[in-house]
Order: sequence, then structure tokens, then C-alpha cells
Amino acid sequence: MNAPLTSGYNFAYLDEQTKRMIRRAILKAIAIPGYQVPFASREMPMPYGWGTGGVQVTAAVLGADDTLKVIDQGSDDTTNAVSIRKFFEKTAGVATTTVTSEATVIQTRHRIPETPLKEDQILVYQVPIPEPLRFLEPRETETRTMHALEEYGLMHVKLYEDIARHGHIATTYAYPVKVAGRYLMDPSPTPRFDNPKMHQSPALQLFGAGREKRIYAVPPYTDVVSLDFEDHPFEVNKFDKPCALCGAEGVYLDEVILDDRGGRMFVCSDTDHCETRRADGNRGEMSPDSSENRP
Amino acid sequence: MSAARELPAAEMPELPLLSVDGLSKFYGARLGCIDVGFDLYPGEVLAIVGESGSGKSTLLSLLSGRLAPSAGRIRYRMRDGELRNVLGLTEAERRLLMRTDWGFVHQDPAQGLRMAVSAGANVGERLMAVGQRHYGDIRATATDWLGRVEIDSDRIDDAPRAFSGGMRQRLQIARNLVTHPRLVFMDEPTGGLDVSVQARLLDLLRGLVDDLGLSVVIVTHDLAVARLISHRLMVMRQGRVIEAGLTDQVLDDPREPYTQLLVSSVLQV
Ligand SMILES: Nc1ncnc2c1ncn2[C@@H]1O[C@H](COP(=O)(O)OP(=O)(O)O)[C@@H](O)[C@H]1O
Ligand SMILES: [Mg+2]
Repeated sequence: MNAPLTSGYNFAYLDEQTKRMIRRAILKAIAIPGYQVPFASREMPMPYGWGTGGVQVTAAVLGADDTLKVIDQGSDDTTNAVSIRKFFEKTAGVATTTVTSEATVIQTRHRIPETPLKEDQILVYQVPIPEPLRFLEPRETETRTMHALEEYGLMHVKLYEDIARHGHIATTYAYPVKVAGRYLMDPSPTPRFDNPKMHQSPALQLFGAGREKRIYAVPPYTDVVSLDFEDHPFEVNKFDKPCALCGAEGVYLDEVILDDRGGRMFVCSDTDHCETRRADGNRGEMSPDSSENRP
Repeated sequence: MSAARELPAAEMPELPLLSVDGLSKFYGARLGCIDVGFDLYPGEVLAIVGESGSGKSTLLSLLSGRLAPSAGRIRYRMRDGELRNVLGLTEAERRLLMRTDWGFVHQDPAQGLRMAVSAGANVGERLMAVGQRHYGDIRATATDWLGRVEIDSDRIDDAPRAFSGGMRQRLQIARNLVTHPRLVFMDEPTGGLDVSVQARLLDLLRGLVDDLGLSVVIVTHDLAVARLISHRLMVMRQGRVIEAGLTDQVLDDPREPYTQLLVSSVLQV
């Protein structure tokens, strides 16, 4: 009934019955933090790699008053992010934004925005592989039993291998966490840099895996602890320099190649964060109007 | 010949570690094994011999909790001294038992190892499973165990894919023994190996069993293996135990005509 009459789609593309089914899965996921709830994933008018799980979750939680932000890596402007944003503009007629603080629903493929999230926000992750134990145990029946009995020693086997090979825990993406002291969870392709942001977040975090037909959740203010060893404690990736454009420190940076002579710079992966800071007058060493670049 | 092993009478403890009665398994109408009963004492090695299809593997699977019996009872003395009905344990208890106080050595090491992870992680897995979280300690224990099964410590970061058959089998043994289990099941542990490699592995096993005071149930079709490693022997035929006793006695003076045929190697097992 909320459907924009001109579009010919049901509101947010999915029919009401499907959205109810997904909402039931989401509610169950919220009730059992970190537990992977199976759901009847639908075909979406985009390939799986484009985050059909996240899109279905977003479709199920979106209301007419919501403001949607979509990011891929940290950017609102990649093809993937733009297409998903357009998809919901067209099928739900909702407002969209690139500004983190203005969004009520944020769908992401990799990053958690640098701007701290708030209680009235929902972060929806697109998840390719929801099962953190799959790397070492391909049998689904066995991984289910491991979750049921909280047998998670195997995850440390993977971290052990990391240290044995690299001298430190080299896992930088999909770094395993324990949620609410119970379920082992894969934060999906987010960099481990963002793991601490999941811990005790005021926002609701929902994870959708389309191809694997799983939904899981971290309710607001829930413990999310990254696994580690006593003598190799969890650490976030550190960057040597601040963002070359806005000067931000303690944020996740992407490398940008400047020329074919090895020139490069490191800039905020979160483009909204970077632009907001620059609009506020912050400058980095490569800013066009930075003092260091002035003749 | 009397190479077989005796438990010194003074060391013979009174309370069995494992106590089995009337254990039977039917696969539909087909008989796997029927009415098997025995007691196994701490430090004792029991060999199960018999020709192919006699029910050895079925029995071992039942004993180790990998297969549900059609009838019978299995009781195990926990570390606290209490004799518990194994079949009545919860799945969580049974799995904990299997990765702490029990071990299982498969004939094919690929079934008992994680072939894609390093030797050190293979040995360390059980430690991590019971909650050890200090990398340095886990690695030190793994190094120690590799030494005990005669694998060079500089192979600790190699995956077992790169190991010979004999090394893989020794790694599988270390992986099982690292939590100091009291009971280990072995299914033809020397099965796929060359004769000289077999002899070395048996020697090593014998030493470990003695040092650690392990109780072992070992399935083998090789009577020479049974003689070298076991104190007691059960001969199976068509799912039944037809003869049982001290290994030397059974092999030197078999009562049953079938056992006599086995011993005289008239039957190719
Ligand atoms: N999974 C099974 N399904 C049906 N019959 C089986 C199965 N496993 C074993 N059997 C039968 O049970 C009997 C004992 O087999 P098994 O325990 O494998 O003997 P052994 O290990 O001594 O060769 C055989 O007749 C075998 O065919
Ligand atoms: Mg067999």
C-alpha cells in the first residue's frame, strides 16, 4: 500500500508476504545474536555478487519515511552502490543520502562508516559467506553441530596458522568475532579495522547472505569480541600517515595510485567522511590548497 | 615365541576402564556384530583380529561412539572415577570425551588429520579445542609431541600433504595423544604402510603405550602386529567373538579350529 503508484512495483520490490518472511528471520536473528537463521532467499533482479542478501534485508526493513545510504568499500559512488541506491529510489521511492548521520538505513558491502552510528540507525551488511568455520570444515552438518555445542577451537586453528606463517595474525578481512559471549560470527568482508565499531554499537546490525540463504544480527549494545591469542592480542590495522586529502587520523585508508612512476597517496576509504571533513576546512598533505603544496 | 606382552600382576588394577556387555549391531537384517562383551583395564592393550567382514570395524565404531548399537551397554570410567553409561551421554559430553580422554587413530591418516593445515596446528587443535589460548605454549607442546613421534621440529609448519605415509601416521598419533587421553582406538594403524615402516611405527606405539600407560583397543588383521603390541586378544568370526584370552596363550595354543586356521596362516586374512 506504500508502493509508489507510478512505479508498478510493490514497495521495495518484494511482495508483502516475502518481506514478512524475511522480517520473521530478522527477528529471530536479533533474538539469538550472531546465530545464522536460514531464510527463503529470493531471486533479485541483480547478480548474487551484488549483495542480494543485503538488498532483501534492506527491502524488508525499509519504510516510506526512511533515508537510505548505500556504500561499497567506503564509497557511495561505485557502480554497485549507485545501482542499489537507484533500485530502492525506484521501487520504494525512499529518500537517499550519502551523509552517514542523515541515513536511517545504511547498506554496506565492506565498511562501517567512520562517523559513529546512532540508536535510530540500521546497518545492513551484504554477506558472501556467512559461515566462519567453513575454511576448515566444509561439512555443513558438522559446522552446525559446532555452533550448537559452542565448539570453536577450530577457529583458533586458523589464527594459529596465520601466526605460524606470517608471524602475526594476518587475517585482515572477515576477522572472526564472538557475539554476546556465545556465537562465533563472520563480520563478512569488512576489514578488521572496523571490528571494534561493531562492539556495543548503538545501531542495529543486520547481515544478509543471499546465495547462502542466511540472516544474522547484532542487536544494539551487544558485545562483539575479536578472537585472538593471549600472546598475540587482536589489533586493528594501523596506518603510518593521516588521510592525504582531509588529514584524518585513526580512519581506514585506501591506497590511490597517482601516476605510473610509483606516486601514490592514502586517502579515507569513507568518502562521505572525507568530504564532510574537507567541507569543514580540514586539509591533508595532498589537498590542492594545502600549505605544503603551495608554491 | 613369546614376544607378547604381559601386564605385571602387581600392576593389574582392579577397576576396569571400559566395560562392555551384549554389544550388537544389525545393519537392517545384516549382522554387524552380536553379543560382544569384555572389560578393558587401565594400561591394557586389547587386539581384535578376524578376517575381513567379521565385524571388527563395526565393533570399533560402536565402542568409540561413532555408531549407535542395536543393543548392549558400554560403560566408561570417567576421570572422577565414576563409571558412566557412554550411550547415555549427551552429544556435547560424548564429543568432549572423544577429543580429550579418548583418541582414534584411523588406518588412513587423511581421515584423522587436517591435510591442509600445518603439522603444528594438527597437533595443537585439541589443545585449542579445550580452551588453550597461548600461541607460544601451544607451539611448544606441539614441538614436544612432534619430537616424541620422531618428526623433526623443523617440519612443524609443513602440511601433512608433504609427509610420507609413516610420518602422517605418526603425526596422527601425536595429534591424538596431546591431551593425554586414557583410551585410544586404532583401526589397522599400520595397514597401508611398508613392512619396514610398519615395524618402526609399532615400536614407537609400543613405547608410547608403555610410557603413558594408555589403554588401547586395536583392530588388526595382522597377527604379528597383535602379538607385538597387545596383552589380550579377541578373535571375531561372522560378528561373534569366538575366542578371547591372553595374546600369547591364544596365539600359541588356540582352542577354536577357526583360530588354529588363522594362526597357521591357512586362512588369508
Ligand atoms: N554400513 C554398513 N551397512 C551394511 N552392512 C555393513 C555396513 N558396514 C559393515 N557391514 C557388514 O557388517 C559385517 C561386518 O563388517 P565390518 O565390521 O566392516 O567387518 P571387518 O571390519 O571385520 O571387515 C559385514 O558383513 C559387512 O558387510
Ligand atoms: Mg574393517
